Amino acid sequence: MQGNLRQHLATLEQATELSALQATTEALRDHYQVAHLGYHWVSADGEQYGCGTYSIEWITEYVTNDYVRIDPVIIGCFQRFHPVDWKELDWSSKPAIAFRTKAIEAGVGNQGYSIPIRGPSGQFALFSLSHNARDDDWAAFTEKHRRDLILCAHSFNQKALEIEDKRRPDPVKPLSGREVDVLTYLAMGYSRGQVAQTLALSEHTLRAYIESARFKLSATNTMHAIARAVSEGHIIMGGAARAATGNWPGRDPVQAAE
Amino acid sequence: MLRYLYGSQLDDYPKLADTMFRDRAAQFRDRLKWDVAVDAQGYERDEYDAQDPLYVIWQGPDGSHGGSMRFLPTMGPTMVNDHFSGLMDGDTVQSPYIWESTRFCLSQGSASRVAAALVLGGIEIGRGFGITQCVGVFDARMVRIYRMIGSSPDILGSSGTGAAKISVGLWTFDPADRVSVLTRARISSALSEHWYARAFGDRPAKLTARAA
Repeated sequence: MQGNLRQHLATLEQATELSALQATTEALRDHYQVAHLGYHWVSADGEQYGCGTYSIEWITEYVTNDYVRIDPVIIGCFQRFHPVDWKELDWSSKPAIAFRTKAIEAGVGNQGYSIPIRGPSGQFALFSLSHNARDDDWAAFTEKHRRDLILCAHSFNQKALEIEDKRRPDPVKPLSGREVDVLTYLAMGYSRGQVAQTLALSEHTLRAYIESARFKLSATNTMHAIARAVSEGHIIMGGAARAATGNWPGRDPVQAAE
Repeated sequence: MLRYLYGSQLDDYPKLADTMFRDRAAQFRDRLKWDVAVDAQGYERDEYDAQDPLYVIWQGPDGSHGGSMRFLPTMGPTMVNDHFSGLMDGDTVQSPYIWESTRFCLSQGSASRVAAALVLGGIEIGRGFGITQCVGVFDARMVRIYRMIGSSPDILGSSGTGAAKISVGLWTFDPADRVSVLTRARISSALSEHWYARAFGDRPAKLTARAA
């Protein structure tokens, strides 16, 4: 992951209001150098929220004409959970053709890529990028950035859910014992191979624990996860220091004998 | 052929859906003796079939089910996290890059290449959607099946012993496996790509227009 992206996601993580998500859509649009980028959520009871870089004119037109009912991106991605290139969608109906023409006129772009997310309790969200590009260039772009974009999508959704749920106490996501062990050893400077060996885990399993801990901590990479785990008191640096009394084990003969 | 279908798309394939849910009853209730619910129609269905999962299904030439498995993203409700986190000391597996895979089923008499084809379907999904790993729960009798198809998982946790042993496993998609799985399934890369594109690729109308 590129450093800038990490920074944008860190900024997003700090957000306490939905309005702050808007700034991140703009930053990510510039980061990926695409025409537009947006996040759109629909809760089970039909409540909607969106932010993005589309022009105010296009948003107004979209809302006024209730395009959400004919937009193939919404229709095609709803009830899905795999990333979708807009070319895969059904643009063949007359309203869809007219909608596409208007969208292109409004500068949305002729290409698009959306990551649908199924959240808790029937919540649904879409994270989308759109651009003007040739088919092969767009395919290369989405393939290159797919995994980072998936992370962006889920980061937006986690943050939106968190802000939405603020009145209710946020369910704490404590790290499991194994996640703590893994991060502790990594923090001690062990390599992944060493950690796997020490904890008798395969490297694949180790990776799953790291991924899981990273997500619980909303960290953008392993180092970030370790830093957060330390700063939030999930792990204590030094590993062996966990059991130590604060003295120098071995320095004092009396203590060493204990 | 390999079909990639969401639950909400199964209505368009009544024979395929009918035979899949019956084959699941035959495998999980009758052969593996799992305590699963089978409805009046003879279908083995559970609450996760109601979550509109993505099925990877092998469809025979007569349109019926030859084998299948079921995928759900771990960021939403999954069997492993809802019911089997006890096997992992209370851990849950939640990652945008990990999906849950359950109900790996082969119809009676299915050729071994069908199992390989399903593994191939998993690899294609991983490749196409940025999924690196799959988590799932299985019992001791599945171990042999997984070994047979060359897709044994890492174990995240287990409970019970012998035939009653239930485990949570983690499969890692390695793109390098695609070559050997293609061979085992006796499917060409082009054919697999074609099936994938049928499900997820450009709309046919658009392809025709571009070719014209």
